[in-house]
Amino acid sequence: MATRRVKIFSLFERFWHWSQMLLIVTLLITGFGLHGFHDVFTFEEAVTLHTSAAFALLLLWIFSIFWLFTTRTWRHFIPSASGMWGVLRFYSYGIFKGERHPYRKAYWRKHNPLQALAYLMLKIVLFPAIWITGLAYLFYFAWRDVPHATQWLNGVAVVHTAAAFMILAFVLIHVYMLTIGHSFREHLMPMINGFDEVDLSPEEEAYLSKDQPGDIR
Amino acid sequence: MRASIGVLAGLLLIALFSASSAARDTWPTPPATAVPPPQISGPLQGGTADHTKFDQLKGPFSSGPEVTVACLGCHTEAGDHFMRNIHWTWSYTNEETGQQLGKRYLINNFCTNSRGNEGMCAQCHAGYGWKDENFDFTDETNIDCLVCHETTGTYYKTPNSAGNAACSVMFEGKPPIDLAAVAQSVTLPQRANCGACHFNGGGGDNVKHGDLSSALKSPPRTLDVHMGVDGLNFACTACHITNRHVWAGSRYQVVSKDTEGTGKPGQRTDVATCESCHGLSPHPVDSLAGFKLNDHVQSIACQTCHIPEIARGGVATVVDWDWRTAGKTKDGEGYHEEGYIQGNGNHRYTYKSIKGNFTFDENFPPSYGWFDGQMLYTTIDTKFDPQAESIEINGFTGSREDPKSRIWPFKRMHTWQPYDKGNGTLVYTHLWGEDDAAYWGNYDMGKSIAKGMADFGLPYSGEFGFIQTISWWPITHMVAPKEQALGCGDCHAPTGSRLASVEGVYMPGRDHNRWLDIIGTLLVAGTLGGILIHGLVRFFSPSHGSKGEQH
Repeated sequence: MATRRVKIFSLFERFWHWSQMLLIVTLLITGFGLHGFHDVFTFEEAVTLHTSAAFALLLLWIFSIFWLFTTRTWRHFIPSASGMWGVLRFYSYGIFKGERHPYRKAYWRKHNPLQALAYLMLKIVLFPAIWITGLAYLFYFAWRDVPHATQWLNGVAVVHTAAAFMILAFVLIHVYMLTIGHSFREHLMPMINGFDEVDLSPEEEAYLSKDQPGDIR
Repeated sequence: MRASIGVLAGLLLIALFSASSAARDTWPTPPATAVPPPQISGPLQGGTADHTKFDQLKGPFSSGPEVTVACLGCHTEAGDHFMRNIHWTWSYTNEETGQQLGKRYLINNFCTNSRGNEGMCAQCHAGYGWKDENFDFTDETNIDCLVCHETTGTYYKTPNSAGNAACSVMFEGKPPIDLAAVAQSVTLPQRANCGACHFNGGGGDNVKHGDLSSALKSPPRTLDVHMGVDGLNFACTACHITNRHVWAGSRYQVVSKDTEGTGKPGQRTDVATCESCHGLSPHPVDSLAGFKLNDHVQSIACQTCHIPEIARGGVATVVDWDWRTAGKTKDGEGYHEEGYIQGNGNHRYTYKSIKGNFTFDENFPPSYGWFDGQMLYTTIDTKFDPQAESIEINGFTGSREDPKSRIWPFKRMHTWQPYDKGNGTLVYTHLWGEDDAAYWGNYDMGKSIAKGMADFGLPYSGEFGFIQTISWWPITHMVAPKEQALGCGDCHAPTGSRLASVEGVYMPGRDHNRWLDIIGTLLVAGTLGGILIHGLVRFFSPSHGSKGEQH
């Protein structure tokens, strides 16, 4: 078992992450503007930006889903109870005692159990909630004549806004997590250059060194 | 040399600037020519007859009906056609509600009723001599062709009966009309023809409608994008398409939502809706906003965004009328007071003994509501609770759930007007006449109502009071250039939304779920608070700078 610097985030994954970050920030700012919380943009500008960013994000998600399934990287997000308690205990207690983070990145398991579960929930609960309601919202005039359309729209708006609040909370926690453990910069770099410290089995190390020498340092 | 270059450069700059500003002012319509082109649908283009050459019109004519006989000599079917239209009958039966409507019967909250006052009011009847119930509606020589078709501007009408001396003095000393010259000038109606009556409804310029004033005789494009002399220069009939002297566009039965659009070339000339020219997707789809605006056509009347204000163009409209103060005299004589200077500098009367107090307003936002095109009138036959705080002269129906309804702009007219306190009905007041019951001249409301009701065999309890009445005037003229149309934020705003009072819709930006906002804000604030506490505990914990490494 050796710890090596291995490329764990491919170029596409980094592009996905950062463009998703930009689009979500745009959507949060314009969305809360549309909701009436601020006047940074006119309503028309905010609608245009919000809708454009939403379409761009949906396109990005279509590509990323394709990516996840063709590269089998979706497996990183399978939830696992194993090690979850250790991680939870660390964040709520051990961290204050100066303990070491209990989780070690593996080549086929780059997220700790809490992270994997959080990202999975984001992917299968919050994101669908916001894009399904968002599309329903956007195309309201296509279904305005169904019975009780106004009440439905009200429900759509509530779910959409609630999901937005939760995504904002997620973003805040997500960024704060970067300060835990290593320096903020050290947490950030893997998502920029792709490389992070990973525990490799001898077989993995041998394989990477021989077949993908560019992905291991 | 140097100075001349400077001057030249300066001139060039000025030329450039003026060229660009001129282009902006007239955009997107072509630049104005020195002499405005004829009104679209105004003077007949390419006609094959010159009315000045007709022997039949050489005159001399001693009366209007003589001219009409000459007209009908060639236009053999015009009389039959004309006598079917509302300008002649002043009568309209609403097929849906069965209500007997029309100026001949209705009560409004301006001068209240034409019935019994035709001697004065029927000046705007397109006929000659209607002063009482004896008028012959079957005699086509009573049709007044000239008021709509003459173009000299010298033709005018006076009341059909003398009226009280206090009033008739207003109509004295007018120059005689050269009927032959007027008759030879005929062509298709132009804005000034229609405007002679329609701009002056309610007893003065723009008093009634709010979107029809003398400013439309020769309006700039900025006042009305269709009628602007430096723009399209439409006559009224460009939209109010006419067939056999029947006009498209009815206020009694409004097409609140046109779902047919333009139709094929040569078709669809039966309505005066915006969609009949602009189609059902009127906004260019060159932006996301354009798509969204075309969606809004389903819920919002075009007028709602494109007529941002009522009574633009310098002529004010009356928004409040108080009959309670009418009848005050000075030395036994009626009088009037000027108290409002409107945008074009003209003074308006804010008190008249014969009518009471008026409140004027101009350049103000309309009221908005769901409207299905159906008005329900409080007629002379309608009974209501005499204790009611206010009643609607023409309440309108419509809702979000009704597929025919859209959000429309209205001018809201509020009036204190006389009613029968005992029976709970509106009343016909006898305003105009030579007798001692005519309110205009005698200033006795009780007497005027008693006669106004008795003349038509209507019950009157003998006790009158004043009640608040509201009438609603759909706004559809004075369409502003698109640069001045409302923006999204004028309605989609948490405060100050134009549609703040419109119910039955969830409007993003205007509407919120209060609890969701509170819980959501608490969630975000709680997250930040949790992060802050977690961070602080880490910072002050004994092993500050945890080597947690990976997470």
